[in-house]
Amino acid sequence: MKGHLKIYLGYAAGVGKTFRMLAEAQTARQQGVDIVIAYFEPHGRKETIEKTEGLEVVPRRSIVYGGARFEEMDVDAVLRRHPAIAIVDEFAHTNVPGCERTKRWQDVHALLEAGIEVWTTMNVQHLESLNDQVWHATGVRVRETVPDWVVDEADEVVFIDLTTRALRNRLIRGVVYPQEKAQRAMENFFTEGNLSALREMALRHTAHEVEERLTPSDPAGVPAPAGRNERLLICLTAQPASAVLIRRGKRVADYLHAACLAIYVRTSGEETPEDLAAVERHLSFARNLRIDTHIVEDNDVPRAIAEFARAQRVTQIFIGRSGPRPWWRRFRESTVQKLVRQARDMQITIVAQRQR
Amino acid sequence: MKANDRRPSPEELLRRVQEDERRESRGRLKVFLGYASRVGKSYRMFDEGRRRHERGQDVVVAAVQPSLPSEIQAILDRLEIIPTITERHAGREYYVIDVAAVFRRHPSLVLIDGLANANAPGNRNPQRWQDVEELLKRGISVLTAVNLQHIREKQDEVEKITGKRAADSIPLDFLREADEIEVVDAPPEALLDRGEGTAAETHQLGELRELALLLAADVVDTQLQGYLDEHDVGSRWGAQERVLVCLTPRSNAADMLRSGQRNAERFHGALLAAYVDQGSLGQQDSERLEANLALARELGAEVHCLKGADFVTTILDFAHDERVTQIFIGHSQGARGPTDRLIDAAEDFDVRIFPQRAGA
Repeated sequence: MKGHLKIYLGYAAGVGKTFRMLAEAQTARQQGVDIVIAYFEPHGRKETIEKTEGLEVVPRRSIVYGGARFEEMDVDAVLRRHPAIAIVDEFAHTNVPGCERTKRWQDVHALLEAGIEVWTTMNVQHLESLNDQVWHATGVRVRETVPDWVVDEADEVVFIDLTTRALRNRLIRGVVYPQEKAQRAMENFFTEGNLSALREMALRHTAHEVEERLTPSDPAGVPAPAGRNERLLICLTAQPASAVLIRRGKRVADYLHAACLAIYVRTSGEETPEDLAAVERHLSFARNLRIDTHIVEDNDVPRAIAEFARAQRVTQIFIGRSGPRPWWRRFRESTVQKLVRQARDMQITIVAQRQR
Repeated sequence: MKANDRRPSPEELLRRVQEDERRESRGRLKVFLGYASRVGKSYRMFDEGRRRHERGQDVVVAAVQPSLPSEIQAILDRLEIIPTITERHAGREYYVIDVAAVFRRHPSLVLIDGLANANAPGNRNPQRWQDVEELLKRGISVLTAVNLQHIREKQDEVEKITGKRAADSIPLDFLREADEIEVVDAPPEALLDRGEGTAAETHQLGELRELALLLAADVVDTQLQGYLDEHDVGSRWGAQERVLVCLTPRSNAADMLRSGQRNAERFHGALLAAYVDQGSLGQQDSERLEANLALARELGAEVHCLKGADFVTTILDFAHDERVTQIFIGHSQGARGPTDRLIDAAEDFDVRIFPQRAGA
């Protein structure tokens, strides 16, 4: 049987996710549960380190990459030890090249597959679907992300709250980072405005996770039917804005319990090798988020999209704004304008190009 | 961006100064909110009191709940306590904060559990939260804990879930006015005896939990907006989905509004509907418009009638001010209608275009 996954979700470093996880681990250990630390990131935090006392630790493996030494979770050693529960800090971490898997959440899946229960920690800004919103609110583009389905599949998500004032006080006292780093953090990322925005996102997201787990599924284990059979189609291009479009479309589809498809229309001619590589990246990004992707060949892009949408019983088309066009083309209709004109029978969402 | 369009007026600046002065002389209030008993909010509160005491703050406990788990007792052993006064009235026992004694002692921080408790008749205040208000006014800071079921404005919703209604309550505004609110969260299984609850109990607790998280999100949102206004950052893309449905006499309002309502429901967002008044309408159009506006109100939308010469700029200005994330509008009937112009101009919003109903 697959192991249980529990996520301690916070909105920033220093709110107390790891501390709470370890405190609960201590309680479990006292009750005689076979629990080990598979990965722990001390960050030099005294109170947190004290909470590991008495807990068994599986040593990390060390990997040399680019002349430097890195330490990662030793998945094989944890599998051999096979505890009832494994503690794995920092779920969103990206492994150093040379590891079997790229992401720590994939390592965690290997443990779960082996029937080991895992407790782990992450911050809300690591959720793929919130990446643009986090960037917009804070100016920070988070690189280490976790696909939403990974979190949706967790058995438990617990929100670890701390008020923004209390968190900033912790920084001032040097509990979270050393003084100098804390000072810089307070001026950049850990501002009152940024922290409040992230906290609100985390509260809303946890509420969403709680609600998803409430939705009664069929007694036979069949998941609840998709929302009124809604089907959402995302139109991909080579433009970088496609990533925003994919995240936004998938997020809306998830919230509405709609099926999510993506289409790329290949035309004969205009694409450069760079364009094709970008499209390939976008398609693979979409597949990673569990979006059903399709490639169609047609020189009339809007018509191909409209026809595909009708054939696939799509209820809503998601398309990005057409990029800035040279002046001599502004008198011609853009793809968006053509699609809107050709698909008057459909719901079309033109996704914002939100600027900071 | 519109960031600088919203300069505070002199009245607004004066209000802020007065607010700052009021806050400076007043004690700070921090509330620990739990979705049910046993999530651990009292423990979190007393533990914070203990840490502050250890860091040298002058901390006193002024109210504890009648039965105490051992881990809370262990903390209380290390703190100074001003005991509550036990009073009997009409067969009920009341534990009343000794407000006079707290004033005489005048510590920097007071810990008060059971914020929603009622006082026995004949006391200086009928409710404990009013005692807290007095302490704050005298410059004493307070840490306190409250359970979702005691928030007055949420009691109908809680009753729908649990079938029960708590007798004592505090107004939501008291919570909104707090300087800080912290949610104490735990999975429902942890609250049930050794994890053995019925599926119905677990489900109930899950619903309460969702309600508490969303309540806290709303409080944080209000505080965030206050902060952004104060720092003149203006409105920006928030964490909440806000849908604006553009109503016209001819639009297929029912589909847009129902879809908007579903969106708002699923995202726990807001639903707004706006109509731009551009002068007189024929009788048939007026009637249609009235019907659309009535439907919008019926579906729980916040309805606004806007004035403006240009439809597109009026809608977009309103959308910016209201922090809208999605604009719903009907497909144009002919070529280059207002919908097309809106699509071109609405760079900061998702624009969702709806088909017109056949024959409309």
